[in-house]
Amino acid sequence: MGKLAVFIILSCVTLIPAVIVVTSRNMVRAALSLVPTFLGVTGLYVTLDAEFVAGIQVLIYAGAITVLILFVIMLTEGGTGLRVRQMNAQTKLGALVAFGMAVVLIAFTTATRWPVKAGTMPRYNAAAVGNAFLTSYALVFEVTSLVLLVSLIGAIIIARREE
Amino acid sequence: MNWLIEIGKAAALCVVVFTFIAISVMVMVYAERKLSAWMQARIGPRHVGPQGLLQLIADTVKLLQKENIVPRQADYLVFSTAPLIVAVAALLDYVVIPLGKVGDTVLIVRDINIGVLYFAAMASLTVIGILTGGWASNNKYSLLGGLRSAAQMVSYEIPLGLSIICVAMLASTLSTVGIVEAQRGRWFIFQAFPFGFFAFVVFIIASTAETNRVPFDLPEAESELIAGYQSEYTGMRFSLFQLGEYGELFGMSAMAVVMFLGGWSGPRPVPPLLWFFIKTYALVFVMIWVRWTYPRFRIDQLLNLSWKFLLPVGLVNILGIGAWLILLR
Repeated sequence: MGKLAVFIILSCVTLIPAVIVVTSRNMVRAALSLVPTFLGVTGLYVTLDAEFVAGIQVLIYAGAITVLILFVIMLTEGGTGLRVRQMNAQTKLGALVAFGMAVVLIAFTTATRWPVKAGTMPRYNAAAVGNAFLTSYALVFEVTSLVLLVSLIGAIIIARREE
Repeated sequence: MNWLIEIGKAAALCVVVFTFIAISVMVMVYAERKLSAWMQARIGPRHVGPQGLLQLIADTVKLLQKENIVPRQADYLVFSTAPLIVAVAALLDYVVIPLGKVGDTVLIVRDINIGVLYFAAMASLTVIGILTGGWASNNKYSLLGGLRSAAQMVSYEIPLGLSIICVAMLASTLSTVGIVEAQRGRWFIFQAFPFGFFAFVVFIIASTAETNRVPFDLPEAESELIAGYQSEYTGMRFSLFQLGEYGELFGMSAMAVVMFLGGWSGPRPVPPLLWFFIKTYALVFVMIWVRWTYPRFRIDQLLNLSWKFLLPVGLVNILGIGAWLILLR
């Protein structure tokens, strides 16, 4: 009962601002609405006993990514105060596709028999995450950092070209 | 019914923590005014109450009575939300700060197993309030202040996080109570010499920058930005910004005490709670001292300090502490 109530509240916290993100005509308000969305997702992580991911979610997404998005919007000429239309002439078609997609997804997820196996939660999942990254997923971890490095260099090159 | 009790408990603790913040902010503002006065050979607040002790209560009442002015072209909703974000982010910091020990009970709102990570995450939310407050005021100085604050706080979060990693490595836990208990033999500032000390210095510098205080107070530089993001705010909203800022100052000092200076531990006759406050206020005093001693940085110097000095030092620190843990312990 309590868990269901928490889930419904957190879903509202996540979804209502998400709708504002894609419909608001004010760019800054749209970007700002990402914050409650990220915090709602954080709450969902906490209900799933993934505290470490929840902490990282707030630190990276709510505290840094949103700030960068806002920063870019505020520095862009005409980015603030401008009334932007987020819809175009293909709204109906888009809605149709989205609805069809939702029907297919719901049908699939309800029809599939998910294997339910009782696993054991690690007592301290920050350490478990760290161990997994440096042992069985070391290659994935390193490749991801390489991708980040490449995008960092790319950003520097793009910024340099203007000089 | 269990969750109803939990919600009630959370609400009650919110009130307790907020009262605690309000009182400690008053004490700090008074200390700041008195100390700055002494450093500048002035007298400072003196007329309200003995030695001006009631000045802060008078100021609070005055701020509460002031008219709330919203600029005509401001974005009203965002304008009024921004100070709340700053104040609530400071409030949430205090959840994981252990104040002391009475008998066997640790005085802490909640000892969560990602304590220091939670602290860093909540402290990072402050910047959203400052940035949006600056934008919503529809004033060029406010906007510039907000943008400076975003650049500054995003870059100083990284050295802050790096020194938190150092502590987590030494304590092998993220829980704040666990970190204090791991320092029973020796404070982390003296462990793995000199890396523990370097981590402490990096943390203090980065936390001064995170709280937007001199010499890193570019977001509110009075001489060029007429108080930056705060310039359009009046009355209660202005005081919420101040509350958040000083609350963050106390929170950062308390966290430095918890992570490097042994938290509530200290020699016997003085109770742990008192030790914690002595250490925290000593750090607050250092921050005030720095504020009234040094001039302001330029924005390029500020960013260079973070990216070209603190970041490499933080990374070397992590390497050094790792080596120390493997070789010497």
